[in-house]
Amino acid sequence: MLTQLTHDISKPFSRRRWLAATAGLVLGLAGVTGVKAQETIKVGVLHSLSGTMAISETTLKDTVLFLIDEQNKKGGVLGKKLEAVVVDPASNWPLFAEKARELITKNKVSVVFGCWTSVSRKSVLPVFKELNSILFYPVQYEGEESERNVFYTGAAPNQQAIPAVDYLMKDEKVKRWVLAGTDYVYPRTTNKILEAYLKSKGVKQEDIMINYTPFGHSDWQTIVADIKKFGSTGKKTAVVSTINGDANVPFYKELGNQGIKATDIPVVAFSVGEEELAGIDTKPLLGHLAAWNYFQSIKDPANEKFIKAWQAYTKNPKRVTNDPMEAHVIGFDMWVKAVEKVKSVDADKVIDALPGIEAKNLTGGTSKMLPNHHITKPVFIGEIKANGQFDVVWKTPGLVAGDAWSKELDGSKDLIGDWVGKKCGNYNTKTNKCGGQGS
Amino acid sequence: MFANVLDRFRALVLSLLLIAAVASPALAGPFEDAIGKFANDEFSDTDEAIGAVATSGNPLAFAIISALQDGRLMADPDSKKVYVTQPDGKIIDAATGAAVEKLPDGAAAVRLNNRLRRSVEAALGGLTLLSPDPAKRIQAAQSVFKTHDEAMLPLVDEALKKETVNAAKLAFTEARAAILLFKPDATDGEKLEAIATIKARGDQEAMALLTGLTGDQPAAIASAAANAKAAIQRSLALWSMVQNAWYGLSLGSVLLLAAIGLAITFGVMGVINMAHGEMVMIGAYVTFVVQETIRTSFPHLFDYSLLMAVPLAFIVAGLIGILIERSIIRFLYGRPLETLLATWGLSLVLQQAVRTMFGPTNREVGNPSWMSGAFELGQVTITYNRLWILCFTLAVFAILLAMLRYTALGLEMRAVTQNRRMAASMGIATSRVDALTFGLGSGIAGIAGVALSQIDNVSPNLGQSYIIDSFMVVVFGGVGNLWGTLVGAFTLGIANKFLEPVAGAVLGKIAILVLIILFIQKRPRGLFALKGRAVEA
Repeated sequence: MLTQLTHDISKPFSRRRWLAATAGLVLGLAGVTGVKAQETIKVGVLHSLSGTMAISETTLKDTVLFLIDEQNKKGGVLGKKLEAVVVDPASNWPLFAEKARELITKNKVSVVFGCWTSVSRKSVLPVFKELNSILFYPVQYEGEESERNVFYTGAAPNQQAIPAVDYLMKDEKVKRWVLAGTDYVYPRTTNKILEAYLKSKGVKQEDIMINYTPFGHSDWQTIVADIKKFGSTGKKTAVVSTINGDANVPFYKELGNQGIKATDIPVVAFSVGEEELAGIDTKPLLGHLAAWNYFQSIKDPANEKFIKAWQAYTKNPKRVTNDPMEAHVIGFDMWVKAVEKVKSVDADKVIDALPGIEAKNLTGGTSKMLPNHHITKPVFIGEIKANGQFDVVWKTPGLVAGDAWSKELDGSKDLIGDWVGKKCGNYNTKTNKCGGQGS
Repeated sequence: MFANVLDRFRALVLSLLLIAAVASPALAGPFEDAIGKFANDEFSDTDEAIGAVATSGNPLAFAIISALQDGRLMADPDSKKVYVTQPDGKIIDAATGAAVEKLPDGAAAVRLNNRLRRSVEAALGGLTLLSPDPAKRIQAAQSVFKTHDEAMLPLVDEALKKETVNAAKLAFTEARAAILLFKPDATDGEKLEAIATIKARGDQEAMALLTGLTGDQPAAIASAAANAKAAIQRSLALWSMVQNAWYGLSLGSVLLLAAIGLAITFGVMGVINMAHGEMVMIGAYVTFVVQETIRTSFPHLFDYSLLMAVPLAFIVAGLIGILIERSIIRFLYGRPLETLLATWGLSLVLQQAVRTMFGPTNREVGNPSWMSGAFELGQVTITYNRLWILCFTLAVFAILLAMLRYTALGLEMRAVTQNRRMAASMGIATSRVDALTFGLGSGIAGIAGVALSQIDNVSPNLGQSYIIDSFMVVVFGGVGNLWGTLVGAFTLGIANKFLEPVAGAVLGKIAILVLIILFIQKRPRGLFALKGRAVEA
């Protein structure tokens, strides 16, 4: 048809011919899109591509596109190709809700992979509940939530923070603790859980220092000096850092410049991964720690294959991988398996099918979706190496099941999330009552 | 506690044996077995191997353990052979000392964790007490001061006798005092003298040491220790004021640097330039590009990368500034609301352009060696990068002031901003001056980016975090007055740093904002208000 058209153009052609050709082209295009709409399953990608969070979220958008590409190479799902619908919520929390609504109602996506910050997740929750769709959330978060429409593939506090503190207590014999974080919900809740946990282990109030800083804090002189002072009492001190994203670079630079070495006061971070370290000169940071469920440096055939394919896809042989990316890999795999199990993309059917689905993670284990919509994950502690990668120095013996509700906090220790038996996200095991749909 | 003592004892034995090992060659031992353990890639095996190698008395022991510390000890997991890469690049077999042509393919550096790094340090610690490098001796003495390990006393005494460098002598004397203070059979006289020495040291660690002194001491010593503690506390409180003041100056210099370009575009020209932060960001990215080029082509010039980046950043940001002025802002003079919206939109465009070109993630800008590390001035830690930024800021300020005062362009700028119509009547090409002034302001923002790349993220969002602070400084200092910007920046910096320890970082920032709002209510034109006809113009 196209050759016909070019052929026509080469001649001085009449109005009627031209009209016919255009009509044909329009019809042809309509036909193509019509067929396309029937044949694809749409997958929504809700990650910020501009604004503050673009720094972290752009990679996750690329990850989902990469996974869709790989799945389509294998023939798609249920015999249909997958089609990504990418929107940009621009690090603007209300816009997340608008874009989620657009994805579900206008683009008719079957599932959404997205969000990074807890506040963006909270802002889209009502939309997913109202329109009954599925969200896969790939980032470590503060817990205290279990929603029917959300699947949490990142770490809950008991899959990251608590094992990290255990490691410091046992292996590094830490007695004094600085809990430093950015001032928002994730660090505040995590630190509340950690404080309760440390006290239950016999750490006294005067041996815990809690410090919050604003987003993007760049002048760390006072705080680093305070940490140095707090750590010079002779008792072994460590910093547990929930400092978010951009503020980390100046924080680590100041640590390095003031000469705080990991052998004196180690810093264990929950938000610093390979991507963040790519922007820092890591030589002064040698030996500082991070706790994650995945590191790029972990030697496993699945991981090596993934890194190779990812670097080929992004055409960048130095492109790093990180923990939230792995969470999307697992989540995507679980969704595909669930859809294939029920042979449908209907939200209700997939939501019911997901708990119990297993998927290989990239570190040699098999993660399982639990009734509380969290997954089982291994926990690794890595030390920063001079090349910006991590060297795993400790790992949990098996996989840790994610707790939706923390056992350390008074308000939530009796709650469980169970969407299989109890059909409830916050079931109270003491009173045997469901506290309502979701939190 | 008991384990602690054991640990220390072991460290001492290790270090003494190491000394013996270096001094007297080759005693037979289970040396080869121990070496093989390095290849197992298990931290517990490596720990055992460190102990075994150190106690083996083998002449290679010191070379092996210091290689381990520097990541030069290579192990081949297949053949279980271990190699030492010497600092000069030569490779030897760790078990035999024989030279080796090249490493096998599978060989990787033996891994360490923090615990092992400490055992390595402990094993090497005794040796460095007698190191030929005074800096290393001082460091070793400091670590003895902290651990005040009784068994180290003979070694410290010996080092003290030989010592010729004053700073090291002091460090050894303090280390000796710390040991004596905790030595059960030291005489009261010795202990009192020790307390005096520690009191003279007067820092946080001295305080920690005295706090660690247990209760069952003779009354004279207990009271001397209490007095010393109180004295140290007083001096530390004073020093912490000095420290806050220094931090304030340093924060003020960053604020000034970020705001000084804005003081020209907003303060002198009256353009509400929301894209000012993006000029700072462009300067930072210029630094990144310069460093990348140097890294790939001329690595030996790395220490000069910033010096080269400064003029380049000025030119790039300045040209972009002139382009913006010619293409957008000149149509909007006298319409502040439109200027604000247009430049804000422009800032988003610039951010996204950089994001597309360089990617959304942070870019690594290294610190040259003369900007890394810190030195102690009394009890205040001063980091070199902050110190250099302060000097740099003041230099930029002085040059700018001189430029406005003494050059023809400066004269024209002042003329145009004070009375545009009269300047035009006198034959000054006002639109050319407008473009150059805007370019100058933008160029200086670019220079600020070079300095800020040393302490902050180089990411597309860099500018956003400084734009609010910059406006705050300019408005607070008084629009149209460079001196006002200087005083404003340092006042805000110092106020912030004195509030931060009391109120915390978050509340401190809020408090500053509230104070500025109140201040502007009282003096709407800022600290240094312009007077006379310029105000009406």
